[in-house]
Amino acid sequence: MWKRAIGAAFVVFLVGAAAYVSFYVAPDEKTMHVLYRIFYFHAAAAWAGMTAFFICFVANLLYVWRRDEKWDSLAVSCAEVGLAFITVVLITGPIWAKPAWGIYWTWDARLTSTFVLWLLYISYLLLRTLVEEPDRRALLSALFGIFAFIDVPIVFGAIRWWRTQHPAPVIMGGPNSGLDPTMAKVFFFSVLAMHVLMAFLVAERYGLEKLRTDLELVRREVEAI
Amino acid sequence: MKSLDSVFAAYIIGWAVFFVFYLTIAKRTSSLRKEVHRLKNSLNRGK
Repeated sequence: MWKRAIGAAFVVFLVGAAAYVSFYVAPDEKTMHVLYRIFYFHAAAAWAGMTAFFICFVANLLYVWRRDEKWDSLAVSCAEVGLAFITVVLITGPIWAKPAWGIYWTWDARLTSTFVLWLLYISYLLLRTLVEEPDRRALLSALFGIFAFIDVPIVFGAIRWWRTQHPAPVIMGGPNSGLDPTMAKVFFFSVLAMHVLMAFLVAERYGLEKLRTDLELVRREVEAI
Repeated sequence: MKSLDSVFAAYIIGWAVFFVFYLTIAKRTSSLRKEVHRLKNSLNRGK
């Protein structure tokens, strides 16, 4: 109990510190001024969400290979947490887009592929509610999860391969991209804070999944009497 | 000024989504824990 409370306090401190440096330490940007500060939240949440989906993908592969229930529990935990992060990305993006572009949404390559990613992981979670038998549910969702991950590299590459509405990447974007050194430090600190939050939420969600397994075992024991 | 409103809106709504998500995990965990406890008690009474 104490461990969880200390963990939660550390996460709150870290994300609070990330918000503080995003507002007070990072310098203003030339064209968007204060508005660009959404970047530290929006892009950092996107990175953490993609990491969660990558862990989900690895866990799905391990489940197909080993058929160990713990990999299924980890995969569903990461899928749900990743979905929460991508939901935040899809909400903060349009809030940023309206004053910057004059529109909330456009079907550009990055936005559309991110929306498709969101739909794919919603489908992954829905699929799990449709199959009753645990082993069959785990295998089918693992296979679907592996398929769903195909969209992650497409989201990553969308702003590199196609020049549409979304800005070109400022990190890993080639020789003409880059961030001011202070902006870069603030951004990577925000990314770290979001990853710690993601790890905390995955741990909490994994605990819930373990409890579900325990409940199933106790139910079986009760039925056997 | 409008830009600052957008920045605050993005941060507040973003944190609200994470907070509500955490609450749903905590609520589901608490109800499952109660159910496990209840079943374990009935199992002990049955033995």
